[in-house]
Amino acid sequence: MSAGVLRTVKALAWVVCAWPGADLFYNTYWGDLGVNPVETLRLDTGEAALVILLCTLAVTPLRRLTGWNRLQGLRRMLGLWAFFYALVHLALYILLEQACLYWSDCRLSLIVDDVVKRKFILSGMVSFLAMLPLALTSTKGWIRRLGKRWQKLHRLAYLAGAAGVVHFIWKTKVPEPKPYAYGAILVLLLLARVVIAWQKKRAAAARNAA
Amino acid sequence: MLIKRASDIRSSEITPESVYRSRREFLQTAAAGAVGVYAGASIFDDVLSAQAMIPGIKKSPLSTTEATHTWEQVTQYNNFYEFGTQKSDPARYAGQLRVKPWTVKVDGLVAKPADYALEDLVKPHQLEERIYRFRCVEAWSAVIPWVGFSLADLIKRVEPQGKAAYVAFTTLQRPSEMPGQRTSSLEWPYVEGLRMDEAMHPLTLLATGIFGKELPNQNGAPIRVVVPWKYGFKSIKSVVRISFVEKMPPTSWNIANAREYGFYSNVNPTVDHPRWSQARETRLGSFVKNKPTLMFNGYADQVAKIYEGMDLRKFY
Repeated sequence: MSAGVLRTVKALAWVVCAWPGADLFYNTYWGDLGVNPVETLRLDTGEAALVILLCTLAVTPLRRLTGWNRLQGLRRMLGLWAFFYALVHLALYILLEQACLYWSDCRLSLIVDDVVKRKFILSGMVSFLAMLPLALTSTKGWIRRLGKRWQKLHRLAYLAGAAGVVHFIWKTKVPEPKPYAYGAILVLLLLARVVIAWQKKRAAAARNAA
Repeated sequence: MLIKRASDIRSSEITPESVYRSRREFLQTAAAGAVGVYAGASIFDDVLSAQAMIPGIKKSPLSTTEATHTWEQVTQYNNFYEFGTQKSDPARYAGQLRVKPWTVKVDGLVAKPADYALEDLVKPHQLEERIYRFRCVEAWSAVIPWVGFSLADLIKRVEPQGKAAYVAFTTLQRPSEMPGQRTSSLEWPYVEGLRMDEAMHPLTLLATGIFGKELPNQNGAPIRVVVPWKYGFKSIKSVVRISFVEKMPPTSWNIANAREYGFYSNVNPTVDHPRWSQARETRLGSFVKNKPTLMFNGYADQVAKIYEGMDLRKFY
């Protein structure tokens, strides 16, 4: 894969990631979000965050599988898009769901209560909080400053993914296929990591033996 | 900016009551079957006029004076798991359901058990328009102009025995026309139940229409129950069987998740659903979940007395 191809892939991925947001923005403007607009916004931003997060976690296995090392250049962009949708999702929850659009209506204690009392809300919050430091340390400067610790820190992405899937599963009233499908994809991606780690170890052992 | 658009949508999507009233008056003066062309027409009025008009509807003092939601809001967004778990599924898939002919079996502890053809079941009763608040357990709500008659009138007609303490209802099971029943989202058929005094309450409605028209399939055609002080899932749709029983009957959502859905399921802002608060609701058309939920959905004056002495936290 050449640098030019990567640029094209990156541009395409950017457009794909921006699409759900642009679509929601357009439909919000035209009052075309369906009968329950808040629900549409909430569901769509949440799902966009989760899907893009899974895509982010797929970059490394895909790179290993194909040998296209430049793919790694997609990871930060995807991760930041996932964070963006999670942030909007959380903001919608606070502003619209918890009616904090106007400060006078806002009961912060109710939000804290909701998060602490309900594992469904808590799991979403865990997912968001796991992504927050990753977004903040996604700059070149932070990567340099943190060195080896950066990689360790960014393993929080798995926690974010797992909590996100659990949040989606706990949201549904009856078991539905979609959240479980995302769960299965996440498990596959994690298994791929295990295989990659095992291969690395074996290669290192082989080198040592030689 | 987003917020500003929100208020625009809200005011334009809800039919002002004066407009809705004038439509109703027009429809009532027009001969049955006349094609309605009236002020404030939207594309959904085409759909509206596709449903047959119900003649001779009386107004009811039990109606709320709040502005009703629009035909679109009421018919394009609801739960009817027989057609799928998404809110758009009922409107999308219910068209294939055949509701004529329709028979309702009345059985159990009753003097006059019978299989009633729908027409015979409804005919003796004066149909009324009842504009009720509707509150879903998911914390959204609407104001809906139902057409129907008090379930109590039917119950008196079929003469339940003294031992009958509960009324159990069953929805049609026909997977060939109800795609959701080909999945195991819930146990089929859908069943619901009411205590006898709840069933006999004048507010409890057997509905055959909305907006002066026959019920569209997605809203529970051809006949459904409406219990306005309970969460929406208690208002069972497309009823094929009404049984009078001695013991508390099983109910679908209680079978699916007893911790989250009790037999009573009265609207109660002080008893939360385990996964969300029930203190506030989103009125359809609003962007913000800021409407305080009222005890018994605002029907406390009429129904609170039948629950006197009951611990509503325990019997949720």
